[in-house]
Amino acid sequence: MTVPQDLFAAALLDPARPVPEGLTDGAGRAAGRRFDVYRNNVVVSLSEALATGFPVIARLLGPQNMAGLARLYLRAHPPTSRLMIHHGTDFPAFLAGMPQLAHLGYLPDVARLELALRRSYHAADAAPVAAERLAGVGPERLLACRLGLAPALRLVRSDWPIFDIWRFNTENGAPKPRHEAQDVLILRPEFDPEPHVLPPGGAEFVAALQAGQTLGAAGDAGLAADPAFDLAAPLALLIQGAAVISLAEEGQDR
Amino acid sequence: MSNTVKTLAVASAVAAALSAQATVANAQAKEKCYGVALAGQNDCAAGPGTTCAGTSKVDYQGNSWTLVEAGTCEEMELPAAADGSARKGSLAPLERDLPA
Repeated sequence: MTVPQDLFAAALLDPARPVPEGLTDGAGRAAGRRFDVYRNNVVVSLSEALATGFPVIARLLGPQNMAGLARLYLRAHPPTSRLMIHHGTDFPAFLAGMPQLAHLGYLPDVARLELALRRSYHAADAAPVAAERLAGVGPERLLACRLGLAPALRLVRSDWPIFDIWRFNTENGAPKPRHEAQDVLILRPEFDPEPHVLPPGGAEFVAALQAGQTLGAAGDAGLAADPAFDLAAPLALLIQGAAVISLAEEGQDR
Repeated sequence: MSNTVKTLAVASAVAAALSAQATVANAQAKEKCYGVALAGQNDCAAGPGTTCAGTSKVDYQGNSWTLVEAGTCEEMELPAAADGSARKGSLAPLERDLPA
């Protein structure tokens, strides 16, 4: 075959382009409509992968809109990785850039949540620090520790009730979304990622831990964001979600 | 937040995690079980965004797994195979019931 790869790929994603010249079947005949079959399979499978990766967006928009968007997305952001699990990485930004969807302001953030859930699912495993060991260290020394967090942990901040919208569209009988901003912490205690709504100050607390601050300093960061912040709840969430994977006391390596 | 308040908060969080641990470990532990899923009902290590989940071709396919409650995989009652031999779930992939 004498068709350059870039030409082949371009023709694959754009039905307006002709079948690449020089493309032949096993008997030396021109590929013709056989290329259309291949073209169709590529577009359909990647569109379905996008709908599978963003089930709530697909449900909110309906199958027709989702299929149309998936095709536009595919042409604007063709896959950059061989791994289909990475298809859709730019979908939240793509949604944010669609003027026709501007009235659904929450869509890009819900898509970010779904992408974060998928990334959490595929993140590396890490053994958590046992709660017994945390108890043995004692609270005073823990406050001076930097906590290593699990690779599967994700923090998604939003001005929209993204957790409520996600739950309302994934669980039967879930309550209607509340009118509030929601920051979501994704943890993966076992095989499946689990989203949790953080209280005010919780996102600042987790972000400070991610930035390598001590537990005490992270508590102050939460408190600075909300005077009523109590680190007990988000810390218990982290420990129970198997998200604390290492301890390092100030000035000492883990 | 004073240091005393923070110390108490950390202590209560650790205590909550300790007491929750036992229940979680007992109630939610899962294991991969091979050879028990019906055709097309298998789970997949790759998950959403791939087309791997739900691709097993035959019932009880030996190299397809699904998540089950920990400790139940090898106890599960399964119908006998066509040749009358007994089927059992397994924590490792099996050679039986592979698609032709």
